[in-house]
Amino acid sequence: MNLTLKIWRQKNASDKGKMVDYKVNDISPDMSFLEMLDVLNEQLINTGDQPVAFDHDCREGICGMCSLYINGEAHGPDRGVTTCQLHMRMFKDGDTIFIEPFRAKAFPVVKDLIVDRSAFDRVQHAGGFISVNTSGNTIDANATPVNKADADKAFEAATCIGCGACVATCKNSSAMLFVGAKVSQFALLPQGQVEATDRVLNMVKQMDEEGFGNCTNTGACEVECPKGISLENIARMNTEFLKASLKG
Amino acid sequence: MALDSKTPKGPIKDKWTNYKNKIDLVNPANKRNIDVIVVGTGLAGGSAAATLAELGYNVKAFCFQDSPRRAHSIAAQGGINAAKNYQGDGDSTYRLFYDTVKGGDYRSREANVYRLAEVSANIIDQCVAQGVPFAREYGGLLDNRSFGGVLVSRTFYAAGQTGQQLLLGAYSAMNRQIGRGKIKMYNRHEMLDVVKVDGKARGIITRNLITGEIERHSAHAVVLGSGGYGNVFFLSTNAMGSNVTAGWKAHKRGAYFANPCYTQIHPTCIPVSGDHQSKLTLMSESLRNDGRIWVPKHMKDVEAIKAGTLKPVDLAEEDRDYYLERRYPAFGNLVPRDVASRAAKERCDAGYGVNATGEAVYLDFASAITRYGKEQATIKGLDVNDAALIKKLGQEVVKNKYGNLFQMYEKIVDQDPYNTPMMIYPAVHYTMGGVWVDYNLMTTVPGLYCIGEANFSDHGANRLGASALMQGLADGYFVLPYTIGDYLSDDIRTGPISTDSKEFEEAENDVKKTLEFFITNEGQHSVDYFHKRLGKIMWNKVGMSRNVKGLTEAIAEIKELRAQFWKEVKVPGAADEYNEELAKAGRVADFLELGELFAKDALNREESCGGHFREDSVELDGEQKGEALRNDKDFAYVSAWEYKGEPSDAVLHKEELEFNDIELKQRSYK
Ligand SMILES: Cc1cc2nc3c(=O)[nH]c(=O)nc-3n(C[C@H](O)[C@H](O)[C@H](O)COP(=O)(O)OP(=O)(O)OC[C@H]3O[C@@H](n4cnc5c(N)ncnc54)[C@H](O)[C@@H]3O)c2cc1C
Ligand code: SF4
Ligand code: FES
Repeated sequence: MNLTLKIWRQKNASDKGKMVDYKVNDISPDMSFLEMLDVLNEQLINTGDQPVAFDHDCREGICGMCSLYINGEAHGPDRGVTTCQLHMRMFKDGDTIFIEPFRAKAFPVVKDLIVDRSAFDRVQHAGGFISVNTSGNTIDANATPVNKADADKAFEAATCIGCGACVATCKNSSAMLFVGAKVSQFALLPQGQVEATDRVLNMVKQMDEEGFGNCTNTGACEVECPKGISLENIARMNTEFLKASLKG
Repeated sequence: MALDSKTPKGPIKDKWTNYKNKIDLVNPANKRNIDVIVVGTGLAGGSAAATLAELGYNVKAFCFQDSPRRAHSIAAQGGINAAKNYQGDGDSTYRLFYDTVKGGDYRSREANVYRLAEVSANIIDQCVAQGVPFAREYGGLLDNRSFGGVLVSRTFYAAGQTGQQLLLGAYSAMNRQIGRGKIKMYNRHEMLDVVKVDGKARGIITRNLITGEIERHSAHAVVLGSGGYGNVFFLSTNAMGSNVTAGWKAHKRGAYFANPCYTQIHPTCIPVSGDHQSKLTLMSESLRNDGRIWVPKHMKDVEAIKAGTLKPVDLAEEDRDYYLERRYPAFGNLVPRDVASRAAKERCDAGYGVNATGEAVYLDFASAITRYGKEQATIKGLDVNDAALIKKLGQEVVKNKYGNLFQMYEKIVDQDPYNTPMMIYPAVHYTMGGVWVDYNLMTTVPGLYCIGEANFSDHGANRLGASALMQGLADGYFVLPYTIGDYLSDDIRTGPISTDSKEFEEAENDVKKTLEFFITNEGQHSVDYFHKRLGKIMWNKVGMSRNVKGLTEAIAEIKELRAQFWKEVKVPGAADEYNEELAKAGRVADFLELGELFAKDALNREESCGGHFREDSVELDGEQKGEALRNDKDFAYVSAWEYKGEPSDAVLHKEELEFNDIELKQRSYK
């Protein structure tokens, strides 16, 4: 198929940036979206132009590196997938596709479609861990049974890939789904209880400092989250936060 | 230089304990004055960085992605081995050790593997304490599954996202230390050289991938945990950025490179769909617990399937060839990866491949779905003869176990694997070869360590499933923190290492010169153009099945391609900005050298062992006819190559392998 692409080009963080039109031809429906961009880039390199910069690595939906706002949706029109898993069979011949970076105050653009998501890391530094040193003397793993339902829920929360689609989608640029997922994972496990109070307070504080907005329960994040992280996690974080605030 | 593995003396089961009792330690106050660089934040580098920081060293960690959490370990699916014997099925440290050495086709260092097996149980305890949500049974205890090449269930898992969960565990341990200022994290930084001062590794040169700035970083020791080099084949299950640069630059600075030809071609990956393909996707080996592999027995059915007139689900049982079950009754679908891959290739080469390219076999879940469905119906007291119900219940169980993998498959292939068998084919997946290290995980350059997939140590000529995650975490959490302490105990009075020395200056200038070359070269082909061509040579001539003619040709072709690359490569943009093509150019330049050494190593090893299959070394008769033939008399050694300029000039050093605790046997899975 033949497509028109309207892509955000921005030389660096201080450049103003603008949308630029490109054409790509003979795109196979079996290609992934990023393979289609590879075709464009090869074309640009061969004609002496600058290729479009975008983040990617695993190309199988797990590293969380790829992003892109495609036709107004984070990770594009398909559900439950990242951009690297989006396939061209979701589009048709002659389509015009708008491609923009994930936008949020806390995610400044680095170049073209690449944004800086290090704010996510800093929220994790503030409390996204259980304080246990590596010693080789920790208690036997089976000494603490965990109810399967809780373990499964903790796992589901832990499958967040840190892509930032939730933030990019939210009209308030809230990071509640991302932070809620980590808080929930530990809140659901016995190992996480000791530091529960500090964890939620510190992570929320850092989240606010990074400039993420408030949650007004629109639920858009859950819809666009490629890993199906549920809003339940936000509710659980709110409960944890309330508990911690009462204590604190 | 003679290669000394520094393996401690004494009985194998006491070696590690005795070693730990005797090494020199660094007291906590002195650790504060010692800096360690860790390149890589995967399971190996991440766990090492966190543990070294917990111990009190000042750690600087580097990765090329935008966050340590994105290292390619994140993509590991199936699981991690540990000799816990939670299932009471006869597992033990010895058995894990034995299986791993046998699985590696007797080409690994016994003492290392024993130590790995010994610390494996600690890994699970550590990860659970960190909050890693492994799969559990209804009673709340940890669940296990089995992987290829073994007869026990010792694999711990978190659905199809085990690597993700383990890496996020290591990442959380790192985060705690980053928050305390004990780890300084450098994201989007690529290491481009090792710096040696007075013969010791004392730092690295990096490029900031956002600004293009070239930086000098010094430390008392440097640890490489930079992952595997499977991308030398262009197409592999590795991430797009996975590369050999860190290991290769170390090689050029004096670190021997061991067994480059040992590559794992994984049997169950999604087949190539066309020339546009940028990478291949693995379908975890855990699927072979429940999936049965087959092709049609008769050519007419193959043709009908290809023509679309016959659906695989409609082919009668007796017209299917479950070739692994037929050829290897004892292990069936759970033979090791090298064996399963060659068997798939054999069927496809014979014309029985089931897709348009003729390079695919089926991985079928229908019987597992029925089996699980019946089990659930029985538990729930429902009608076991209601086929639709059984199917539904069975599909739920399968979804629970492998849901994310099935979804991945469906998105890529556009077929529903719950209702039609998956199509799979072998693909490059893992590299057993890597930088040579001694028992201390130190390379032949003093103070330069190498851990995880980047080193060569524990998997011999073939890695068993679920043992790379084990090795990465063993190296980083439990082995390196001891062995590096022994080395650093000599450095307590050294003081900070200056980056103003001529050695740093020279290394920096070399790096800058190469970058400058790429930017100014007036070539006509993109970096990918060369990478793809290299990949084709590697796959066709240095792939699953190797012979003298092909290898000799490959060596010449790669050399020629490399010369062409340095003349005709075209890199757009500038060096002082974000420039992915520039980063890729450096990586492909290194692949073009490694590729040749790889082929040279394969040519030198005139035996078949593990993932290295030489057509001129097969069993000629008897029950094992056609199977790989190892040659222990002449080749029970590690090939460690010393850099001498061109790959063709590399000098071979042999580390003879001794087996005192295991008898060398024909590796039979019949
Ligand atoms: C799809 C897939 C599934 C797998 N499933 C399993 C499984 O189920 N069980 C199992 O045991 N094993 C599995 N493996 C193998 C296993 O995941 C890997 O061998 C292991 O995770 C490698 O870990 P590592 O820490 O050595 O390297 P990686 O995780 O690859 O990390 C490499 C790190 O080095 C950094 N780096 C590299 N070069 C540079 C440079 N020049 N400068 C700066 N930083 C650099 C990267 O940024 C990254 O942080 C799987 C592998 C793949 C590809
Ligand atoms: S919650 Fe979902 S959308 Fe947000 S970062 Fe995690 S995976 Fe991405
Ligand atoms: S590239 Fe890794 S999730 Fe898309």
